[in-house]
Amino acid sequence: MPATRIYEGTRIPSPCPTILRIDPSAHDLDDILRINFGPNHPSTHGVLRLIVDLDGERVAGIEAVIGYLHTGFEKTMEHKTYWKGITYPERIDYLSFQANELVFVLAIEKLLGLETPEKATWMRMCLAELNRIHSHLVWLGTSALEIGAISMFWYAFRERDTVLDLFEMVTGVRMHTRYFQVGGLAEDIPEGFYAQARALARHMPRAVDDYEGLLDRNKIWLERTKGIGLLSAEDALALGQSGPMLRASGVDWDLRRNMPYLAYDEVDFDVPVYGNGDVYDRYKVHMDEMRTSARIVSQCVTRLEELRGEPWIADDRKVVLPPREELHTSMESLIHHFKIVTEGFRVPEGQVYVAIESARGECGCYLVSDGGPRPWRVKFRAPSFAALQATATCVRDAAVADLVAVAASLDPVMGDVDR
Amino acid sequence: MSIAVPGLVETIEAHGETTLVIDPARIVEACTHLRDAEGYNVLVDLSGVDYLGWASTDVAGYIGTHAGRDLNAEGSQGVQRVPTPKAKRFTVVYHLLRLADEPARLRLEAWLDDGQEIDSVVGVWPSADWNEREAYDLYGIVFRGHPNLVRILMPDDWEGYPLRKDYPLGGEPVRFSGEA
Repeated sequence: MPATRIYEGTRIPSPCPTILRIDPSAHDLDDILRINFGPNHPSTHGVLRLIVDLDGERVAGIEAVIGYLHTGFEKTMEHKTYWKGITYPERIDYLSFQANELVFVLAIEKLLGLETPEKATWMRMCLAELNRIHSHLVWLGTSALEIGAISMFWYAFRERDTVLDLFEMVTGVRMHTRYFQVGGLAEDIPEGFYAQARALARHMPRAVDDYEGLLDRNKIWLERTKGIGLLSAEDALALGQSGPMLRASGVDWDLRRNMPYLAYDEVDFDVPVYGNGDVYDRYKVHMDEMRTSARIVSQCVTRLEELRGEPWIADDRKVVLPPREELHTSMESLIHHFKIVTEGFRVPEGQVYVAIESARGECGCYLVSDGGPRPWRVKFRAPSFAALQATATCVRDAAVADLVAVAASLDPVMGDVDR
Repeated sequence: MSIAVPGLVETIEAHGETTLVIDPARIVEACTHLRDAEGYNVLVDLSGVDYLGWASTDVAGYIGTHAGRDLNAEGSQGVQRVPTPKAKRFTVVYHLLRLADEPARLRLEAWLDDGQEIDSVVGVWPSADWNEREAYDLYGIVFRGHPNLVRILMPDDWEGYPLRKDYPLGGEPVRFSGEA
């Protein structure tokens, strides 16, 4: 499906694809200045460290150094029951928390062979799309801030707050909700949700128009984003890119449409694709995706309204916690509750890989179970980790001032990169 | 689905996913074939898995399998079940994606003993670069021919490989305790 060609051949540094080394024939080695950018620098989106070799204003060599936020999530999760482990993936990609939670829960359900009620499927889609809007808004606000468009930040965070209000209404917390359970949802959807979600879905396209009004004709923004940080479709595929990175490089690929999960084959949405592979196109993809997500949210709400009164979690007492009120009257429920919370439910032996389209691309979960109540191995395929591998290719021949713009456009969340 | 791949040891179908077990000595050959002839143009993920202590209880951090009741199997309440033993200690797992009009996913597994090396696939898919460094960092699996095989997530002077099953949780040495 690669459509466009931005530059001939490849710009991936060879033989080491992630490090751009100084070319002695193009640069006078005596003029090279090696600087250390980050890890504690406000414009590195967290704790990314770049070792940059500068020849005047130009980047002659670059290496990204990661690991400063490595917290050992995968090791920790091997020691927690599945039931407790659901809290961890949300904190890996802390902006796209619902997507990470979703992919882990889907992987467990695939191993269990557990069916979820329709209402849970649609609510998961609805929250995943709201989360995409939230994540893109944070991306937009902070990226624009770093390039100097300070007011953008306040507008983006205005809408972000509305999205978080919705999360608070449904789950009780604004981030890291732990709302998706194995088998469905933790609670029923509160009555006020439908109207408020619909209002947001209606408002969001207008808000995106506002953002574009601030940036699209802003000469400084255009100068700093157009033609910067080039990545061709071929290079993007070779470097394992996904999500907005691919779609800005002219690859028409979205897991929601090409390999549908949940009920994405039943909703109507389009996939924005741009062909220049620069920072500006990545920005355009993010903007269009917010409109798309708002459309999906309103379709989900319509469907969820029809499903009022339906069950929100599977009726499998070996896996799903019994309703709270039953604990006072039913001995069996009390036993199941005690067993699931203390011992954890067991998941059949096997291995699965589940992938979904998170805000930054393919978010995957590789889960190995030995038949016990704890995962034998959990590996998260982090889209930010893949995106940062393209740093050297994207900033090749760039000016030092463009570094910030390019790094921001890769949309790395360091928690996701380092896990 | 049956695919003829160089070095194919076994094809496993489970949960709607296909796993090809590949002879580690021929992994580059197999990957090149899958990329060029079968169209698996993206390596989405590469990771290690440590199976030390699989089907036994004697390893740090391993709780659960022994005497495990598979509550979800039909009518198996109370049945003792132990997982199928594994031949070697480590696997390197490759998740491939055919990004095309007829998309497909494929998993490759290469089994390794402790200390056994495997060829790097950076030459086949450049995206393997950091993933192989991560597998080396966390499991100590050496990828022959990798252009820059150094630690990536842990500090450069770290001792041990944290995701191995014999590496205890909380295995970090505590600084300053007992120091004057």
